[in-house]
Amino acid sequence: MKTALAHAWWVVRSNPVTAAAVGGLSLLAAIALAAPWIMPFDPYATNVAIALQRPSAAHWFGTDQLGRDVLSRIIAATRLDLAIAASAVAISFAVGALIGAVCGYIGGRLDRAVGRAVDVLMAFPLFVLAMAMVAALGNSVENIVIATAVINLPFYIRFARAEVNVRRDAGWVEAARAGGETQIAIITKLLLPNIMPAMVVQISLNLGWAIINAAGLSFLGLGVKSPTPEWGIMVAEGARFITSGQWWLAAFPGLILMLTVLFFNLVGDGLRDILDPRTRT
Amino acid sequence: MRAAHLLRLIFWRLVSSIPALIGVVVITFILMRVLPGDPAVFFSSGPTAGQEEIENLRRQMGLDKPMYVQLGIYLKDVASGNLGRSILTGQAVTKDIAQRLPASLELTLTALLIAIVVSIPLGILAALRSGTWIDHLVRFLCTLGVCMPTFVSGLVLIFIFYFVLGWAPDPTGRIDIFAAQPPNITGFLLIDFALTGNWSGWWAAFSQIILPACTMALFVLAPLARMTRASMLAVLRSEFIRTARSIGMSEWRITIVYALRNALIPVITIAGIVFSTMLGANVLVEKVFSWPGVASYTLDALVASDYAPVQGFVLLMATIFVMVNLIVDILYGLMDPRMSIG
Repeated sequence: MKTALAHAWWVVRSNPVTAAAVGGLSLLAAIALAAPWIMPFDPYATNVAIALQRPSAAHWFGTDQLGRDVLSRIIAATRLDLAIAASAVAISFAVGALIGAVCGYIGGRLDRAVGRAVDVLMAFPLFVLAMAMVAALGNSVENIVIATAVINLPFYIRFARAEVNVRRDAGWVEAARAGGETQIAIITKLLLPNIMPAMVVQISLNLGWAIINAAGLSFLGLGVKSPTPEWGIMVAEGARFITSGQWWLAAFPGLILMLTVLFFNLVGDGLRDILDPRTRT
Repeated sequence: MRAAHLLRLIFWRLVSSIPALIGVVVITFILMRVLPGDPAVFFSSGPTAGQEEIENLRRQMGLDKPMYVQLGIYLKDVASGNLGRSILTGQAVTKDIAQRLPASLELTLTALLIAIVVSIPLGILAALRSGTWIDHLVRFLCTLGVCMPTFVSGLVLIFIFYFVLGWAPDPTGRIDIFAAQPPNITGFLLIDFALTGNWSGWWAAFSQIILPACTMALFVLAPLARMTRASMLAVLRSEFIRTARSIGMSEWRITIVYALRNALIPVITIAGIVFSTMLGANVLVEKVFSWPGVASYTLDALVASDYAPVQGFVLLMATIFVMVNLIVDILYGLMDPRMSIG
C-alpha cells in the first residue's frame, strides 16, 4: 500500500497533466460539498428586471432568461450531477463486478446464459435504451441513476468476467482451493480485490461517460426537470438563446460539464499509467 | 470452395444472431407497455372524450387483450415485415422510417468519413513521432473531443459559424424548406444533387450537413485515432518492417504500403463499433440541428407514448448493429487470412 502510494505520488509529480486533473476534480468535489454556502445567489430566485444580463462583476456568469444567477445555478448543479454519476457508476460497478466475477469463475451454463443476456443488452442502441427506461419509469433523479447504471452494466460484466477468467486457474487460486476456501471466499476475498486496480481505471473513465449520458437525458427533457439546476437542462434552455447571441446561458454550464468529463478521463489515463506503463496510448 | 465456405459461415452467423434480435424485440415491447400514460387516452378526441370512445380505441389498438397475446401478435407482424402503425403520423412505421432513415444514414456516414479522414493521419503521425510534442498534442486533442458532449460542441459550432461568422445557414434541418428538392434517387441529398448535376443545390445541402457531421465526428475522433496509433506502433516494431528497412526500402513505402495496411485491420473493428453507436446516439445531434432523422422521430414518439415507432426503431438499430458486426468480421477475414470468421 505504501509503495503504491509512493508510486502514485511519483506518477502525479512526473505527469503534470494528471496532477492538474486530480486538482480539478478535488476542486469540483469541494464545490459540490460546499455548494449551499458558496453560492452567491439563490439558484431559484427569479428577477425579470435583470433577465439576460451579460457576465458582470455582480453576476460573474451572467443571468438567464428569468434573471437567475447562472453561476449559482452551476454550483448547485455540480452537486446533483456528480451525485448522479457517482451513484450510477457505483451501482453498475457493484452489480457488474459481482456478476462478471461469478460467471468468470464458475463458467458453464450460467456463464453462457449471462453472456447471451449481455449480448442482447449490447445490441440495443444504449442511449436510446436509457431514454426509453427513463420514459417508462418516470422523470426523476433516481430513474436517471437506474437507467445510467443499466447501460453501463454490460461493460463491467464483460470486463470482470474476462479478468477473473484469466486468473481462475492461477497458482494462488489453486492453492486457496486446495486449502479448502469456499468458492464465495475465493471470489470475494481473492479474485475481486485482485482485479480491482484494473476496474478502477474503468470506473474513472466511466464516470465521465455517465455524466455525459445523464446530462444528455436531461438535455432532451427526460429525467431531471426545470427549474432544478442541472447542467444538461441549463444547456438545453440556453440553446434557445444561442442564435440570438446570448452565449453565456449555455456556454458556462457546457464548459463545466466538459471540464468535469475531461478531468475524469485524464485521471483515468493517469491511473492506467500507474497500473501498467506499457498499455499507455 | 472458399466462397461456399464463406457463404455458409455468413448464413450461420445470421441464424445465430436471431435469438439476440428476438430478445431485443421482447424487452422493448415490455418496456413500452410499462410506459405511463394510456395511448388510447392520448389519441382520443381530447379531455372530453367519453369512456366509451376510449374503450373503442383500446379495442381498435388491441390494448384490451392480455400482454402475452399482444406480444404474440406483434412478433407475428414483425416476422412478416409489418412494424405496426404510428398513431402520431398515421402512417405505417416502415414507411415513416424509410422516409427518415436516409437523413440519419447520410449524416452518420458523412460524420464517419470526416472522422476517418482526420483521425487516421493523426494516428499515423502520433505513432511515427511517438513521445514527442506532436504525439502529446494528438492525444490531448482526442481527449478533448471525447469530453465534449455532442449537444455542447454542436452549440459551439452553431454559435461560431452561424451567429458570429454568418457562414452557416439556419441550423434547421437538411435543406432550406423553400429550396428545390432533388429527385429521390438514393435518398441521400448530396448524392442525388450530384447525380442530377445541380451544384448550387449540392452546396446548399452540404452547408447544412457539415456542422452536424463535424459535431459527431469530433466525438468519435478519439477511439479511431488512438487505435490507429496503437496498432501502427505495434506493426512498426515488428520484424517484417525491420527487414524492409534493412533491405533499403524507402521510409514512405514502408509506412504507407506495408505498415499501414496491417495496422488498419483493428481500426476497421473500431470503425464498425463507432458507426453503430453513432447511429443510435444520433438523437442529441439531430435534436440540436433539427435534423429530420429516425432518432428524433423516435424521441417524439417516445414522449407521446406511441409504441410502434419506438419498437421499430430499436429493432432497426439492433439489426444494423448485428449486420455491421458481421460485415466487420468478414472484412477481417478477407484482410487477414489468419483470422477465421466462425
